[in-house]
Amino acid sequence: MASYKPTNIPVYPKLGEKVTEETLYWKNYKTPIQIKEFGAVSNIHFSPVTPYNFAVTAFTRIHLYGLLSQEPVKTFTRFKDTAYCGRFRSDGQLLVAGCEDSVVRLFDVSGKVALRMFKGHTKAVHVTDFTSDRYQILTGSDDYTCCLWDIPNSAQLNTYQEHTDYIRCGVTSQLNRDLFVTGSYDHSLKVFDARVDKSVMTINHGHPVESLLLYPSEGLLVSAGGRYVRVWDLLKGGQPLVSLKNHHKTVTCLALSSNGQRLLSGSLDRHVKVYNTTSYKVVHNFDYPAAILSLALAPEDESIVVGMTNSILSIKHRKPSEEAKETAGHQRRRPSYRVYAHRKSYVPKQDDYLVSKPVRQHLAKYDKQLKKFNVSKALDTALETWIRGRKPEITVAVIRELDRRGTLKNALAGRDEQELSRLLSFLIANLVDARFAPVLITAAEMILDIYQSIIGQSPVVDKQLLHLQSLLERELDYQKDLLEVLGMLDTMFASSLPKIELPCSGISTSNGLPQGQSTDVIFPYNKMQSRVFE
Amino acid sequence: MFLLCASGESVKVFSTATEECLHALQGHTDLITGVLLRPSNHLQAYSCSLDGTVRLWDFTDGILIRTYSIGYPIYGIYASAKHEGVIFIITPMHTDTNSELFQLVAVHLPQCGEQLVEAKELSAVLSNISSNPAASAFGREGQYIVSAKPLQLEVYFFKKHKSYSFFLKKDNQKGGKNTFTCITCHPTEDCIASGHEDGKIRLWRNFNHRKEYTYSTLHWHHSAVSSLRFTPEGTNLLSGGVESVLVQWRYNQESQRDFLPRLGGAITHISVSPDGALFCTSHSDNKITIIQSCVKVSAVIQGLVKGDRIRTDLMIEPRSKALVLNGKPGHLQFYSLQRDKLLYNLDIVQQEYIHESGLEQFEVVMAAFDASGSWLATVEERKQKAPELELNLKLWAFDDQKQSFVLNTTISAPHEGRITALCFPHVSDGQTTMLVSTSRDGHFKAWQLAAPAHTEDEGPSWSCDFLGAYHSLVPECCCFSADSSLLAVGFQEVVTVWTPASWELLTTLSQPPGAVRDLCFGRLSCSKYLLGATTSRLLCCWNLLTCSLEWVTSMDVSLLLADPLSENMAAFCFEAGSTDLFVFKPGEPRPLFSHKALCSGRVTHAVFVPREVMLESCDEASQWLNCSHLYFLTQSMDLLTFITKAEEDKLTASSKQLVVSDDVAMTPFHLLLGKHRDQLENPQAESRLSVEPIRQPSSSAGINELLQMPAHVLPSASFLCSMFVQSLLISVNKPSEQNKEKEEEMESEKEEEDSDGEMESRISRPEHMPSGESGCAAPALTKEEVRELRRLKKLDHSWMKGLLD
Repeated sequence: MASYKPTNIPVYPKLGEKVTEETLYWKNYKTPIQIKEFGAVSNIHFSPVTPYNFAVTAFTRIHLYGLLSQEPVKTFTRFKDTAYCGRFRSDGQLLVAGCEDSVVRLFDVSGKVALRMFKGHTKAVHVTDFTSDRYQILTGSDDYTCCLWDIPNSAQLNTYQEHTDYIRCGVTSQLNRDLFVTGSYDHSLKVFDARVDKSVMTINHGHPVESLLLYPSEGLLVSAGGRYVRVWDLLKGGQPLVSLKNHHKTVTCLALSSNGQRLLSGSLDRHVKVYNTTSYKVVHNFDYPAAILSLALAPEDESIVVGMTNSILSIKHRKPSEEAKETAGHQRRRPSYRVYAHRKSYVPKQDDYLVSKPVRQHLAKYDKQLKKFNVSKALDTALETWIRGRKPEITVAVIRELDRRGTLKNALAGRDEQELSRLLSFLIANLVDARFAPVLITAAEMILDIYQSIIGQSPVVDKQLLHLQSLLERELDYQKDLLEVLGMLDTMFASSLPKIELPCSGISTSNGLPQGQSTDVIFPYNKMQSRVFE
Repeated sequence: MFLLCASGESVKVFSTATEECLHALQGHTDLITGVLLRPSNHLQAYSCSLDGTVRLWDFTDGILIRTYSIGYPIYGIYASAKHEGVIFIITPMHTDTNSELFQLVAVHLPQCGEQLVEAKELSAVLSNISSNPAASAFGREGQYIVSAKPLQLEVYFFKKHKSYSFFLKKDNQKGGKNTFTCITCHPTEDCIASGHEDGKIRLWRNFNHRKEYTYSTLHWHHSAVSSLRFTPEGTNLLSGGVESVLVQWRYNQESQRDFLPRLGGAITHISVSPDGALFCTSHSDNKITIIQSCVKVSAVIQGLVKGDRIRTDLMIEPRSKALVLNGKPGHLQFYSLQRDKLLYNLDIVQQEYIHESGLEQFEVVMAAFDASGSWLATVEERKQKAPELELNLKLWAFDDQKQSFVLNTTISAPHEGRITALCFPHVSDGQTTMLVSTSRDGHFKAWQLAAPAHTEDEGPSWSCDFLGAYHSLVPECCCFSADSSLLAVGFQEVVTVWTPASWELLTTLSQPPGAVRDLCFGRLSCSKYLLGATTSRLLCCWNLLTCSLEWVTSMDVSLLLADPLSENMAAFCFEAGSTDLFVFKPGEPRPLFSHKALCSGRVTHAVFVPREVMLESCDEASQWLNCSHLYFLTQSMDLLTFITKAEEDKLTASSKQLVVSDDVAMTPFHLLLGKHRDQLENPQAESRLSVEPIRQPSSSAGINELLQMPAHVLPSASFLCSMFVQSLLISVNKPSEQNKEKEEEMESEKEEEDSDGEMESRISRPEHMPSGESGCAAPALTKEEVRELRRLKKLDHSWMKGLLD
């Protein structure tokens, strides 16, 4: 006949952050590996070629890390002062870095000593980069100038003195060897063409520019400065496309995911935000323990590397995908599967009489006990620690089911001190939860009815009862406050809405029937208000 | 294998293999109270009825063999193989019908071949017994008969002509009730099993001494045991009660029990086939379950489920055109009106039903389908007291693969108060995305089908879109206009009209005093009209174009509904204890149809059922039935409908009965929700199962037709009067004449008594009789007599037709 219907566990809508495909993608990283550096990590750059080592610039050193190693594979220590902006050339062979002592050093990745030293700036060099033809170097310095250097003969090719403040960021075009963009603390971005002597485009960011990013197509430029991330359309002459204000402190670094669909920004407010590059909405958010100075993504988003002011480098690696896991598992299992394969492959012959096994309904433990009308045991099962802690909705559903069956009192009665304190602690934890309150208030009333005679016998229970009482008092205060707020909102909504004059049903005059209701003030609750109530 | 089941005034014969009803044994004129297999012939069965007759049937062919007239209402029937030619019946002790005292009477059935026999040899066996047929039983091989009174067990031994009584104390210490509820006896040993009010079963032994009797107690049931039965070999005892669990006890090893739980409604009767292979339980929700002896359900015979009461409206499922209403507790039943068959039950509450009296259960109180039948909204509630009210609003989507409704969204506590109305807009092109519910908490809410906000949600779900209120009045009803561009919500005395597109209040209409009870928009060409029924006995019609009252009339409308396929509206008005029906178009002042005193009491549930084939009737009075049937449920829970003349003719022609029913015909499942008790009989074992009566369209007096015909179409009164009197004479005389003739023939011939009975039954329906068979069955009839008979028939026919026309 009809089978036993298990207790209905209601599914409550998850509060807070909604789970999207995006969050699933960005959550699919292992717990971060944290490496202590010697000072604040100011720059991270991935080598564009395999094995995708990355250079971490921190204090007076540049460490090269392998993609999966936790120890540096190479260290460049020949800096007299704080190093800045260690960057790879596009073939991964050379590394350039600026320094507080105004000297730009060029290293061979396999060597230790600087191949070239470019001296010409008078102040600290915060920006270095290779141009796309690989033979020139762009530098930007705190002396307000930016220079182009020739690598083979280490000569200064050109100097641009257009910025009026420190130059702290710059990128070279990967498509055109002559184009580069610099950002400065004078709030401006300048696009330079090496073939002419001055900037070809100036864009005002509005805040000291901290970081720059060119899209792979190089039609769009992203700049970060102050709390803003701004996107500019270079092809339309630097027209602002969008301005994002999602951080509450200065944005310090920018990165683009490997497919160019997502933009990441890191900020001193310790968050990394992920934006969708079509809608420019924040789709995900990472939290970090300290203010973020630098950020880089490995190719294929295999890892996220973040450098922080507290000199911690945090590396998150992507979890291996489940398909890979599955195929691996398959291979391992195959031999043992073959041993037993013949049983499963048995095909019944035509005249065989098949005895079908009755399908047993799987029931949870509390359901089995409810089916047998063992109400106290069912409640005990539902109050087991892991259910109580992890899934209070199951416990509440069982209590509700017992209440529906009219046997809740029987189930609650006859408990010893330990069980009673377990019940009370569950009540204390969940009584004020709006989803559970109607059920648990009934249960709490019953418990008080049953056990009021033993108050004063057990210090544990007494303490919990007092706790419960104070909890309820606090909750009452909250509710009162909320009602007050609601009242205020009601007044505000009512006064802000225009009074609607309705066409009066003019029945009365035509047929002599008594006048209908007068149409004075109507409060049609608008959608917003209905949300408030929801 | 056959299963006999008493159902109203007929005994239905079911096949246990196919669950089909093979035929109905008709003939009794009142409720049948018992069906019993004839001990000496396994192919014949007795049935007894409150009309005071016992009839003997050949149930394989569905033929009435003999009728024994007793003269008193019969409440139960027993027989035993040991007592040949004697049946035992329960009759009132006094002839007046209100008598509370009953006696067990032995009736010696006369052994003559006549069709109608008056049994006069009555002798009382036990007096002052219970009228419940389950409270008496024959003991081992008919040696004794046992009867239970509230607290007394009386055993009558036929050999000694002596009866012993055993008493129980009124209450035992735990407060359980010792009252006997049912009795059965072991077939081969001296053992009586008795069921009690407190759920105990007592096995009595050694009761042929007054003092030294013993009993042992079995206790599993938590409330009254309603039926007990031993298997034919006596190895097992079956018991059932309100828990809906069939318990099989091993005789002498009572600690071993088998259970068959969750059979449905409360078990009312159990019966066992004589070979012990099949058990059969009947349930309070109009169901028979056939169970194999290995305690496995093999078949279910289910009629329209009888609930305690109908809380939902009558509805039509737009896809299958099935009637939908409350069924089993927490379920909606889908009942096909065309096939007169239960299609399925939809579990709404989805909780284990606890069979316990006095427990507050979740009830489905409201349901609504959208126009295309792809969405179903249901409201269930528990504990109607305001602070503890538990409400759930569920939305079900139709699943094309499963061909059933699948739960889409559950909204717990959608409102703070009870929900008063629920409606979908009438969107013709299919995709409904809105639902409006009104509640006693003073708000109405619009629920909207929203696409999933996130990709991992499976599909669209419903959420609240708008919350509306008006001066903190309580909304009682709501209605969408035909094109769904307007929503009318009745807030007590005020009707507010909203536009669902922007949720603006467009206008208010009111007709004080009196709260608006029912609202209905006109359809098609009348869609500009809004009709409202108020508690101050007014029916108002507003014109929405001018926002003014079009007309108002004084009537106490209890239900107002619109035909979805035409402009017609039906109003059921409660007037002086009975209900009148008016069918009208909102734009026309004159009603299309009116029917005074339709039934007593208020009509609160009715529905227009779209026809499969439109009728082309041009008769003015029945034109409104061209598009739809109108079904309605009376206060006594009878489901009635209207049929047109043409249909009625068809019906009568098909059933070959000259039924002149009045306009309100009884549908095949008329009285399905009535409170008649029925009996069921397994072919070989006697049993009584209470099932819903299913009554065929029964004949009613032609007088009604005569009286209800409009005066201007009737011929002159003098002509009618003579015709009427004449008709009475014919209809009364005809059978008696025939009988007289028959009897004369029988006396002269004295042959083939059994086939006589058969013939008699056929004579009553001569249209069926094949000509050859009639010749051999009644050879004594002279040609002239046969001709005379036929002439009479023809006369009768034509006369009736004349009356009809």
